[in-house]
Amino acid sequence: MAQDLAAALASLADPTLLLVVLACGVYGLFIGAIPGLTATLATALLVPFAYFLDPLPAVASIITMSAMAIFAGDLPSALVRMPGTPASAAYTEDAYRQTQAGHGALVLGVGLVGSAIGGIVGAVVLIVAAPALAEFALTFTSYEYFWVAVLGLTASVIISQGSQVKGAIALLLGLLFSTVGIDVALGYSRFTFGSELLLAGISFIPAMIGLFGLSEVLRNVLHPTGRLRVARIRTAGMFRDTFRTLWRYRKGVVSGNLIGGAIGVLPGAGGDIAAWVSYAATKNASREGHLFGKGEGHVEPVVSAGSANNSALASAYVPTLVFGIPGDTITAILLGVLLVKGVQPGPELFSTQAPLLYGIYLIFIVANLLMLPLGYLAIRGSGQLLRVPPGVLMPIIIAFCVVGAFAINNGWFEIVVMLAFGLLGYLLERYGFPLAPVVLGLVLGPIVEKNFMQSVIKTDWDLLQFLTRPVSAILMIVTVLVLVYPMLRSVWPRRRRGTGAGAGVERAVGPDGRDEA
Amino acid sequence: MLMSRRARMAILPAVLALVVAGCGGGGGTGSAPQAAGAGCDAAPNYPRGPVEMIVPWAAGGGTDSVARFVGDQLAKKLDTQVNVVNRTGGSGVVGHSAIAAGRKDGSVIGMATVELTMMHWQGLTDLTYEKFTAIGMVNSDPAGLTVRADAPWPDAQALLGHVRANPGATRASGTGRGGIWDLARAGASIAAGLPPDSIRWVPSEGAAPALQELVAGGIELSTASLVENQTMIHAGRAKALAVMADERLAKFPDVPTLKEQGVDFTMSAWRGIAGPAGMPEPVVKELSCHLDAIVHSPEYAEFLAKTGFGLAWRDAAGFGAFMAEQDAQKGQIMKAAGLTP
Repeated sequence: MAQDLAAALASLADPTLLLVVLACGVYGLFIGAIPGLTATLATALLVPFAYFLDPLPAVASIITMSAMAIFAGDLPSALVRMPGTPASAAYTEDAYRQTQAGHGALVLGVGLVGSAIGGIVGAVVLIVAAPALAEFALTFTSYEYFWVAVLGLTASVIISQGSQVKGAIALLLGLLFSTVGIDVALGYSRFTFGSELLLAGISFIPAMIGLFGLSEVLRNVLHPTGRLRVARIRTAGMFRDTFRTLWRYRKGVVSGNLIGGAIGVLPGAGGDIAAWVSYAATKNASREGHLFGKGEGHVEPVVSAGSANNSALASAYVPTLVFGIPGDTITAILLGVLLVKGVQPGPELFSTQAPLLYGIYLIFIVANLLMLPLGYLAIRGSGQLLRVPPGVLMPIIIAFCVVGAFAINNGWFEIVVMLAFGLLGYLLERYGFPLAPVVLGLVLGPIVEKNFMQSVIKTDWDLLQFLTRPVSAILMIVTVLVLVYPMLRSVWPRRRRGTGAGAGVERAVGPDGRDEA
Repeated sequence: MLMSRRARMAILPAVLALVVAGCGGGGGTGSAPQAAGAGCDAAPNYPRGPVEMIVPWAAGGGTDSVARFVGDQLAKKLDTQVNVVNRTGGSGVVGHSAIAAGRKDGSVIGMATVELTMMHWQGLTDLTYEKFTAIGMVNSDPAGLTVRADAPWPDAQALLGHVRANPGATRASGTGRGGIWDLARAGASIAAGLPPDSIRWVPSEGAAPALQELVAGGIELSTASLVENQTMIHAGRAKALAVMADERLAKFPDVPTLKEQGVDFTMSAWRGIAGPAGMPEPVVKELSCHLDAIVHSPEYAEFLAKTGFGLAWRDAAGFGAFMAEQDAQKGQIMKAAGLTP
């Protein structure tokens, strides 16, 4: 172990790696700070570059970039009342109102330091939980994998934003697309309409690049946002106030990190969901909960939900690395990149690729520490960041989408897939359907099918095995708990109303619709 | 002063060694490829630019590693860039189609695999080996019969006897349904006079997950190549009962062939370099000549020893005839096993 750690430390000294980390940090701050450009989109655009890198720098680029982007999403939340990424949407209203009341530097400082703490806590969850879970997962057979994947599908709909019916429809769409091509169990071709190109199925990386990249360009062109009025902030004395505030709401820091860490580990649920859940929990627990999202807003939800999203971002690597089942949309892309590089995530990874894993752990720590100085500069320069004209940005994004889609398999068909999913993504968002379930359906569909078919063929259709194996049964119970979570929640005391009107900016569907439904 | 003298003493032999190595190495690398290159230059105008080598399987897999090794060596022989490009999907259909659709001047070649002789029987594509120009086969790994170390069968006949007495009770895996090791199962069953479905096939993503299932007790038999199962065999957690080849493998001298045990059947996963149909004769000749040199080089022997892959060389004509023969064999087995539409 010490040997692997030393090897990882040595690999960290590679100048290419450090350059990649620094460049991706800046890139992540930039993309995250621009409203509408999400961390998922930033990851999708990184794909063509990640292909040229070795596995560790490729993973490092995605880790650093996404951590920075999730923090940077707080910048436009506070300054123009538009969340930079969906992960900031939960507390956008509070951040903006606080800025209007003259506490802009404090809100962003809390967001920054809270994000760094969250990222490091999430990394600790990863470092502690992943190897233990991997040891355990070595005994997993197709039954257990089946339930883990079903859990991911369930979580992606039940805890997603907006209407659960729309989430379920989005998931089913993803599942439908995942059945195109050669069936994973019996080798028959499905929905190929005689085309050899469709035999390969719909590769999910080009699909994601389209869903998250091109659709955003379409939206931007069809519904321009006009000039943004950016609030001014003074950063003098920012860090002193920040630490004082974090200490005052230390309970929020702890609860936010716990919620974020736990939700991230859940397959299929990521930073944005963690932020919403943490926001709700903080509001229920706080004596000042009635002040959230109104008047001057409140800094407490920024403290808790701001750390929760970064914590979930890191702990989402647990299911990704241990089971090969992505924790969120960012790790779904990461999974694809790893597979193309010949690294197969799964419990064996922890014995065969220990130096790579230690490298990943260290990168998390480095990235989140680097976030403090880079994030501070981003706060100082946020006014300029937000004034980049879309006319410059959008063509660049299109170019990256095309290159990224092509790079996945060196073929034009992937570009067609990207374009089609770009259009689909635009239409889905326009009518209030969440996109993440589509991706999870696409990624998890084959895993569910394969493990189900393997299980039943092995036992000659003895379905009881799914229930009687102990680990399998526990996973099933967790799945059922997630399924009934909305009902449990409606039993909770509800002292809140009007959860932030501005929060619905990023997605056509805000939390309000869901809470009333 | 003392330090510096010591340092000088240490440096001197190192420098000498370097000079000697430099001369030896320089002489060696200077003459060897030139000899090979000169002897093989059947097409003086070839290559005119970089050569693309398409691999129908994912990076990091077995086919990919063989292709990258051969590609590296070929680049040196041809004195041009050889770009290995992975075109995956559709059980190999996408990549093989890309090879067949490439330019015929030798600038597009690829690593054809045994699946080429199976996919059209399965009804996945119209593509057959006839749309390819065979250049040279470089590797072949025969199927095996691998069971858990504590399994009650000492040899292949005992296992087959168990299958005969309990049809459908034995579960095997190694690939997806209709994959090469599924055909090994069906073909061996037929050759042993058993109904093709007397061993149940559990589809898996490849040899490694199947092996895991085998050790965990989910299945009883893996028909994957012994190479793919070697870690568990050497670790004493699995044992090989037979190899489906004409002769025993050098790496597994104690494992008898299926033929020795009374079942006349062979099946192997092979890989070879091929291009689109209609490539110019001299280009094929030149490439085949280079491949011959590469396959019989000490570097390739070292690569095979390290990875465990098996050597099998067939020149352009031999590889072409072999593909035709393989195609017929696969069609027969797949029809008998009900794997054709």
